[in-house]
Amino acid sequence: MIKWSDTNLFKAGAIKLRWWYDMNLTWIIIIIVGIIVLWIVFAFNSLIRLKNHIHNAWAQIDVQLKRRYDLIPNLIETVKGYVKHEKAVITEVTNARKAMLSAKTVGKKAEAENMMAGALKSIFAIAENYPNLKANENFKLLQEELAGTESKIAYARQFYNDSVMGFNIKIETFPTRIIAGMLGFRQKKEFFKTESEVERKPVKVEF
Amino acid sequence: MKQSFYSQIASNKRRTFFLIFFFIVVVIGLGYIFSQLMYWGWPGIILISIFAIIFPIISYYNSDKVALAVSKAKPARKPEHAHLINTVEGLAIAAGIPIPRVYVIEDAAPNAFATGRDPQHSAIAVTTGLLQKMDRYELEGVIAHEMSHIKNYDIRVMTIVVMLVGIVAILSNVFIRSLWFGGGRSRDNRGGGNLGMILMLVGIALAILSPLIAQLIKFAISRKREYLADASGAMLTRHPSGLASALKKIAADHNQLKTATNATAHLFISNPFKKKSFSALFSTHPPIEERVKRLEEM
Repeated sequence: MIKWSDTNLFKAGAIKLRWWYDMNLTWIIIIIVGIIVLWIVFAFNSLIRLKNHIHNAWAQIDVQLKRRYDLIPNLIETVKGYVKHEKAVITEVTNARKAMLSAKTVGKKAEAENMMAGALKSIFAIAENYPNLKANENFKLLQEELAGTESKIAYARQFYNDSVMGFNIKIETFPTRIIAGMLGFRQKKEFFKTESEVERKPVKVEF
Repeated sequence: MKQSFYSQIASNKRRTFFLIFFFIVVVIGLGYIFSQLMYWGWPGIILISIFAIIFPIISYYNSDKVALAVSKAKPARKPEHAHLINTVEGLAIAAGIPIPRVYVIEDAAPNAFATGRDPQHSAIAVTTGLLQKMDRYELEGVIAHEMSHIKNYDIRVMTIVVMLVGIVAILSNVFIRSLWFGGGRSRDNRGGGNLGMILMLVGIALAILSPLIAQLIKFAISRKREYLADASGAMLTRHPSGLASALKKIAADHNQLKTATNATAHLFISNPFKKKSFSALFSTHPPIEERVKRLEEM
């Protein structure tokens, strides 16, 4: 026989249980939401950090290109005195220097850069025929500086590529993938590549 | 690839924290035991603790200056060392860290080291022998190895490890020495109690063993960092054979670095005491043949 008071007691117990259950559910939801929010904050910050690495890497390439750009007039001044009959090479370097100034996009910059690298190569090749020029202290230092800048450009590109790759991997992989789009992060930028088909082919050495 | 770098750095920072914590506990523990034995009491413990905290802080901020001064390194200048400076700058760009200061050591033995507490306060020093004997790729390989030590915060971990190992050694020395002078008094006071004898024996054993264990920890950490720096250095130049052939040249060279000491040996790219035959356990560097083999397999 269930008495009134019993049902009442049972009800009270059920309400209490219900209350306890609701409270816990609330806490669980709060904790889960909290973890998700925290994760979004961390993911967002790390994406911003990677993005800034890319900007920094890009700026670094520019710094090195500018450095090479500034070294060219010195080189031409030094070479001119010794190499009077090789106007074509000097014009080539001057043109490449102009192309670098006008290039704005990644592709165009890379193109101008390759042109400059080629022109410099031919200048140093010609210098081989002029022992006096080769012995010139100033020329030697410029050669070292330009070679150094050349490898710095290569390293800056490498760092840029690595940074772009790190960023792209991050926004394409789970779980960052879910929120990257929502937070407005898009696939990044072209990689630097070997521009010409010629450079891609194995080098033939003829004697 | 980049991710592994970042997790490297994170794990090194964690390791640094635990190392410092662990050593402070050990040093204070040693301090407690020693001052109990020597009847220095609380003042002894407090003095040792202060020493254990202040001394590392001071040496932490001066580690690079000390290492450079001890090795008689001079700043590199532009016309003479243009190539070296350019190489360092290039690889700093490749690693994406601030450009370290560049130093040259006047010595025929080819070797190099990196020092400092973080990438912002780092320096790379190379010997003139290295500059003369290495070609462009080999020099790049060596500098890339050093650059990785800087980027991975190895220089900080090793600075702290060496410093803490030094403190443990100093404490043990002080204890053993004071046994000669204060030992008589403490024996009288104890009145030959068994417990006192046992404690004293434990103290002596600790004083002898703890520097040894600390050294072993240092060597183990150092060897692991060397392999990692080889690998991440190769990732910077994308040319592992450069470093491999540089290591071979260094191993084949018969000159010995004059300014290297036990305190700075771990810094160098290759163990500067090549003439003495160290057992593998007591070496700061893995065998060069093994490093070359790993590089060539990349």
